[in-house]
Amino acid sequence: MGVSVPTTVCVRALLFASYAEVVGRGAVTLTLTAPATVRSALWELRRLPGGERLPERPLVAVNHTHAALDTPLSPNDEVAILPPLAGG
Amino acid sequence: MPFLTTAPLDLSRLVAEVTAPARGGIACFLGVVRDHHGGRSVASLEYSAYEPMAEIECRRIVAEARARWHAEVALEHRVGQLAIGDAAVAIAAAAPHRDAAFAACRYVIEEVKRRVPIWKRERFADGTEGWVDPTQEGGWSDHRVDRVVPQPAPGDAEWGV
Repeated sequence: MGVSVPTTVCVRALLFASYAEVVGRGAVTLTLTAPATVRSALWELRRLPGGERLPERPLVAVNHTHAALDTPLSPNDEVAILPPLAGG
Repeated sequence: MPFLTTAPLDLSRLVAEVTAPARGGIACFLGVVRDHHGGRSVASLEYSAYEPMAEIECRRIVAEARARWHAEVALEHRVGQLAIGDAAVAIAAAAPHRDAAFAACRYVIEEVKRRVPIWKRERFADGTEGWVDPTQEGGWSDHRVDRVVPQPAPGDAEWGV
């Protein structure tokens, strides 16, 4: 018997500012098919009611670091979908 | 010290933090809430942040400026409700000479705007609100949610019709 490979990846997705408003919440737990990327998390988020208003290529971060859509996700990662930044 | 705060910013305290006998130049930047945006009158605004990441990104930016210009840098960004004229961001950068101080200060504000996850919601004098989106022409988000203060309409009881 080989070591069993997990077939799903459970991550926490965060939405902020205008994106939290369109989806109606700021945090969503997602169960993704392995291997998972930021793109697959975004795809699930865009299926939520209001999620179709999220852009196809937003700014994203994984575990508090700017990331790309093809960044891989590991179990319990925190993936954040960031509206255009307006600090300063 | 955290980089984000809900308290009013105090530039003189940041200057004191970076002051040292070997540093002959101190450059400062203060970003202040203005009363207009895109020709509309702004009444107040609210900054919100992805705080854990914002703290980490501010720490990275300050460390980069320190290393590149041998500068000492202090940075604070305010979050929460701000009024016109309130300082939203304060930076003090000190270096042995002015060129490095100016360059470090400029680097920090530009990188804060580019990298730190902070958002701004403006409340206009006409009662509407909107998320600021610097990437859009006009400066507002597609996802803008206007909250118009309800006005009595003809037919409402108040009008006695």
